[in-house]
Amino acid sequence: MAIDKNARYLESHEYARPSGEHMIFGISDHAQTELGDVVFVELPAVGKTLSKGAMFGTIESVKAASDLYAPVSGTVVEVNEAVKNDPSLVNKDCYGAGWLIKVAPSNASEFDGLLDPAAYGKAIGEE
Amino acid sequence: MEEPTNITALHDWHVSHGAKMAAFAGYDMPINYSTGAVGEHHLTRRSVGLFDIDHMGQIEITGQGADDFVARMITAKVSDLIPPMARYSLLLDEKGGVIDDLFVYRLPDSWWIVVNASNRAADLEWFKTHAPSGVKVTDRSDDTYMIAVQGPRAIELIDKVADSPVSSIQRFCWGNIAIDGIPTLFGRTGYTGEDGGELFFPAEKALRLWEFLLQRGEALGIETKPIGLAARDSLRFEAGMPLHGHEISIEINPIEAGFKWACDFEKEFVGKEALLAIIEEGVSRKLVGIEVFGGVPREGYEVCSPDGGSIGHCVAGMFCPTVKKYAANAFVAPDFAKAGTNVSVIIRGQPRAAVVIKRPLYIPAYRR
Repeated sequence: MAIDKNARYLESHEYARPSGEHMIFGISDHAQTELGDVVFVELPAVGKTLSKGAMFGTIESVKAASDLYAPVSGTVVEVNEAVKNDPSLVNKDCYGAGWLIKVAPSNASEFDGLLDPAAYGKAIGEE
Repeated sequence: MEEPTNITALHDWHVSHGAKMAAFAGYDMPINYSTGAVGEHHLTRRSVGLFDIDHMGQIEITGQGADDFVARMITAKVSDLIPPMARYSLLLDEKGGVIDDLFVYRLPDSWWIVVNASNRAADLEWFKTHAPSGVKVTDRSDDTYMIAVQGPRAIELIDKVADSPVSSIQRFCWGNIAIDGIPTLFGRTGYTGEDGGELFFPAEKALRLWEFLLQRGEALGIETKPIGLAARDSLRFEAGMPLHGHEISIEINPIEAGFKWACDFEKEFVGKEALLAIIEEGVSRKLVGIEVFGGVPREGYEVCSPDGGSIGHCVAGMFCPTVKKYAANAFVAPDFAKAGTNVSVIIRGQPRAAVVIKRPLYIPAYRR
């Protein structure tokens, strides 16, 4: 299972990856594999304020719906419209074209509290 | 979650070929392979999908009086069924509830009835307790294997690998063929909305025939892949075919589910009196298709009128890959059953815009 070395993770499998002054949120390769084919993604509007751990959207696969939780607090500055139109991008390229939202973080230190790639790998039994 | 107690002869093959397995009707069955549920759906609509459906049951009815017995037990017209014909039918209880839906094949010396895995025991019991002396009801499920070969190139594939062509067999008819020397009854039937067939053959040949079809498909340049139950469900859903326990069940009668066409009121059959009374009284709910905007509808979700009042529930729902819609089948109050009616579906507490649509979403090959 691929783990993006530049990202950090929640135990619920969302990642946050720094991109300049922003953070990109998505779900991990492990998560998309477990979900199976993703068929629907609901994401917040630009401008929405998220606090760490709050639900920011929903992702639905053929078999089930899962809530998405914010790895860090911040304000939504961009939403991946491509993934809304073609949710299978999450399966094809979860760290690239299948990203979900871009956030301006309000508390940079929260990122350091997330699982680093090694810890996340351990959490999903990859070590 | 029910615990699977049974496996099919292809179970190890599925596992070793990367299938995600889960319990279905008491069997540990492949839900999808590495292609994925959506990819498998598309593959079946463009080429050939192979389905391990050995969990389906087969019941053979023979003996003096078998014709009259079958005619009385099931809803479909059977008096005009002669070999090599087959037909869809329902099996009702006295109240008009649907015990099961089935396919009945008229064989030269018997009636061959294909039933759902989850109802096999109940169906068998129902037939046996009603059978008069002289009529023999035999469970043939264990010695018979069943594989479905479905898709626009399925007939081409079987034509090329069988000892005699199946393209000459008409829709809803059967023929005896041999594939790789394995005697096979080929029914030109299916559960996907595509052309193709269902193969019945000796159970001990399952792995050989399965691998032979995959290998020959590849060698002939006819894309042929195994398809799991998730795609089987989305294929049948798009094509408007019911799944027992959802669109039909012991709690649902054929009139409200739109299956009056499968009942022959010119003859006597178990449940007929109840159905006539239901028709006379009028139904309290109707099965409809619903397209939902902004979410995936699923079984159990509530359907509401535009003013927010509850009008029914979804019995199945999903993303439909070919028509690219999020759609449900739901039972709703008759006033809301007309195509074009605006409704809403409650998805995780939020009403989502939805509209009643015509079923089926995808016209099955045999109706084109």
